[in-house]
Amino acid sequence: MAKHHVTTTINGEEAEYLCEPQETLLDVLRDEVGLTGTKEGCSSGDCGACSVMLDGRLVCSCLVLGVEAQGKTVETIEGMADGEELHPLQQKFLEEAALQCGFCTPGVLIAAKALLDTNNNPTETEVRYWLAGNLCRCTGYDKIVRAVMDTAADMRGA
Amino acid sequence: MSGMRYEAPGSVDEAVALLADANGAARVLAGGTDLLVQLRAGMISPDVVVNIKDISETHGITAEGGGFRIGASVSGAEMGENAALVAAWPGVVEGAELIGSTQVQGRATMTGNLCNASPAADGVPALIAGGATCTIAGPNGTREAPVGDIPTGPGKTSLGNGEFIVAINLPARPANASDAYLRMIPRTEMDIAIVGAGVNLVLDDDGTCTAASVVLGAVGPKTITVADAAAALVGSKVDDAALEAVKAAASAAATPIDDKRGTVAYRTKVAGVLAARAAAIAATRARS
Repeated sequence: MAKHHVTTTINGEEAEYLCEPQETLLDVLRDEVGLTGTKEGCSSGDCGACSVMLDGRLVCSCLVLGVEAQGKTVETIEGMADGEELHPLQQKFLEEAALQCGFCTPGVLIAAKALLDTNNNPTETEVRYWLAGNLCRCTGYDKIVRAVMDTAADMRGA
Repeated sequence: MSGMRYEAPGSVDEAVALLADANGAARVLAGGTDLLVQLRAGMISPDVVVNIKDISETHGITAEGGGFRIGASVSGAEMGENAALVAAWPGVVEGAELIGSTQVQGRATMTGNLCNASPAADGVPALIAGGATCTIAGPNGTREAPVGDIPTGPGKTSLGNGEFIVAINLPARPANASDAYLRMIPRTEMDIAIVGAGVNLVLDDDGTCTAASVVLGAVGPKTITVADAAAALVGSKVDDAALEAVKAAASAAATPIDDKRGTVAYRTKVAGVLAARAAAIAATRARS
């Protein structure tokens, strides 16, 4: 079966790749484009480790076909920092040790940024429900939730 | 999965032709949150996947004839962001928004939830209670059908070869009308309903219920429309006595399975509790 030629924008830069019809955006990002910051956890949309932004919407890249990214914009964890300058969420996660093994962290950061981009004053309940699709087996979530709340407070104060 | 073709037609007619040509070996892709999981698990191996998201008729939420037309590609997140839809049909929107995580909400569609035909679909009971219809395109043109006619059993629909749903239509709302959807899950988030209850009702100026529909999900192979519960609401002020009758009728109508997620006795009892609570919420909304 012929591969599809896909042209898309990833982290602000035009990108192109060839992919099989059944390959997911997650497969393509990791194996064709070489952006391995997006992690593969469950591959069934349950764990959120593969979270990316697709045309400004938070999605699981394992639930998107690679061909569907044609003409769209994709944002991954690799585009979150501004050069050497970490995003405030990344900085806060480091300062407050809101990670242990780190496997879920890229997905958590992408999801948390999506929340703070639309709501810079979320309640703890809102943060917990928003991140319910990002599973973490290390932290017990408290440090993650606290880091997101503290980042939001900093951003409001700035 | 090998050999699967991917098509993204730009028109309804092209999509119908692709689906019809595949003779049952095609799958429609909208949000993909069920389809990609089923592909990955090897549960299905279609010859062709037809992405309908490039078809303009499947886009957007539009006010139409006093009601709303919700395109088949519209995600749960888009529904939640539409203030007019949320105000008119809060129960339909809360059902759709209960499907999956924030990530899933960014993709999952109400039409896909309907066509996946799970008995526990959260998006469906409130639609049926609300009298929603769907616009179906097919080889013989377009037809309208009540939403409740689409699922015929777990994983099965009444859609014929070459047919797909283009949009779901919610009717015009009279004054003092509203709806609500509640579900019970063993966890607090990200789970599949063991009972769901959607209630839609209309009150007159005195607060007396003039029309009602009560629909249960997840307690039978298909949704269950509880006529006795609706009858208990009509003519009442949706007071405690009426809600007790709704509760009894809904429990009596439930025919749940027994499994590790919930026993028959538990699901039967909860069906009544949720139906009564959803009726009370819908009435409160209709009064305000």
